[in-house]
Amino acid sequence: MRRRLFIVLPVVVVVALIVIIIALGGRGGSSIKIIGSNTVTPLSSVWAEEFMKTHPDVSIAVSGPGSGVGIAALINDTTDICQASRKIKQTEIDQAEANGVEPYEIQVATDALSVVVHPSNPVSELTVVQLSCIYTGEITNWQEVGGNDTPIVAISRDTNSGTHVFFKEHVVQMQGLPTEDKSLEYGGDVLMLPSTEEGVSQVAGNPNAIFYPGLGYVTEEVKPLAIKQIVDSIGVLPSVQTALDGTYPIARPLLFYTDGEPTEVIKDFIDYCLSSEGQEKVIEVGYVPLE
Amino acid sequence: MLGKTSPITVEPVETLRRRWRLGEKLIESWIFLAGILTIVILLGIIALLLKEGLPAFWYTPPWEFLFGTKWYPVSEPPTFGITSFFVATLWVTLVATAISVPIGVACAAYLAEVAPAKVRETVKPIIEILAGIPSVVMGFIGLMLLSPLVQSVFDLNTGLSGLTAGIMLSLMSLPIIISVSEDALRAVPDDFREASYALGATKWETIRHVCIPGAISGITAAVMLGVGRAIGETMTVLMVAGGALAVPVSPTDPMMPVTAAIASGIGNAVRGGLQYQALFAIGLILFILTLAVNLTADRVLERQKRKFAR
Repeated sequence: MRRRLFIVLPVVVVVALIVIIIALGGRGGSSIKIIGSNTVTPLSSVWAEEFMKTHPDVSIAVSGPGSGVGIAALINDTTDICQASRKIKQTEIDQAEANGVEPYEIQVATDALSVVVHPSNPVSELTVVQLSCIYTGEITNWQEVGGNDTPIVAISRDTNSGTHVFFKEHVVQMQGLPTEDKSLEYGGDVLMLPSTEEGVSQVAGNPNAIFYPGLGYVTEEVKPLAIKQIVDSIGVLPSVQTALDGTYPIARPLLFYTDGEPTEVIKDFIDYCLSSEGQEKVIEVGYVPLE
Repeated sequence: MLGKTSPITVEPVETLRRRWRLGEKLIESWIFLAGILTIVILLGIIALLLKEGLPAFWYTPPWEFLFGTKWYPVSEPPTFGITSFFVATLWVTLVATAISVPIGVACAAYLAEVAPAKVRETVKPIIEILAGIPSVVMGFIGLMLLSPLVQSVFDLNTGLSGLTAGIMLSLMSLPIIISVSEDALRAVPDDFREASYALGATKWETIRHVCIPGAISGITAAVMLGVGRAIGETMTVLMVAGGALAVPVSPTDPMMPVTAAIASGIGNAVRGGLQYQALFAIGLILFILTLAVNLTADRVLERQKRKFAR
């Protein structure tokens, strides 16, 4: 009898714990589902955390498989908010409207990628095509872009990063330029680093390195380059201003899409994101705020 | 302690016996649960790796997966080839082994054969502290101190290389190699040494020709455990190996070992997506690899024990 008790007792404890956890997890309250761009994920995660602190009855789930998946979810009406780092295409709007969904676009932040080198590097501007050649491994010496006769150490974020993909599409593959080539990939010698901070500190310590951190990560120890869309255009340095007025070539809006104008708790959440408090978080995460 | 009844006890024996039985059963049932739990977790991990990883081979045939050199998980369509990761792991492990084995075995020989008891008692705990340094701290040391040094000494473009990672890993596998080899050396019976001295051998000759050969299977096991540690280590290699995707041709190239590849991809992988499955497939292969190394080490260690069991 007693022997059985000692086997039963731990089992009872475990079952009781599970029941308590389920009971607590099942409490009421509203929930918001955000799905889409991987790039926006760190930002919306911070917003979600902050919003849930002040609204304990709301639970927000953020996932970032990519803008395309997010927009598909919006079309199928399986998400509350779609986060995207590109604008929705006309064909997608048509599909959504056929499903009775009306995509409503809200820009929540801007993303500008600075290209940085060591302060001692004489190169001060690059064209998008030159950047593409550097990252595909076609150009391997700084001399080829007007610098010293030293090898280029190209540094990238790893595939975990949405920036990795954005930079690949817009710079390596030159999306939107006449020279666009979708088959281009990062070269095998490009260093894939696990964090933006590490990339910046590598550039700060290596005269031959080049890296593309978000604007928020640029420090005094590295030199941002002016970027030229094509050879004849004027080089533009990355800044909140040039990202906002659209002159900086490697900048893009970060967007939220909802089905129709947001209402109720979703509106509260988006209002928080657009508030000055929410926009402060934008800078903290490393993106460009709206104003 | 409950079971020991001292002669001066005033409690009736019956009460003590009942309390003893109570305590014993309680402890017994908890130990039983703990034992079952480990097995359940292990089986769960294997099942999970198989379930999530095997579907990757439907998209990329195993042959292409293992011997492909292109890893573009976020492209359209994605390409999965993991040769460069395994070559990178090989380089890093080779460097780590080449550094840690001579130093580790020499250190173990000193501790077991030469050092006075007092020195051994001071040095061993210090070595064990080395084993306790978190790998992220080792990665940080590698990033801040070692990589600039490696860059200037070998005149490289970047200090983030397989060599840097290998040196850091050698520091991490040293404690294992030293402590297991030392145990193996101390298990060699004194009769062997005395016989050697009786034949006129010097201390060095005794260590070189009697003690080390006598303990060779234990030392082999120590080396394999160290290698297993080096293969499986993630944080340090992620931070200092450089992460280049090309197949590395020299240890001074930046490279991405298997563990770093998994760690740097999993955050972005969609649950159940192709990249997710491919990463689990890499995990499965890595698991089989380290399991094989550890099992072999175990077998060798067992043989050593039997050799001197009398």
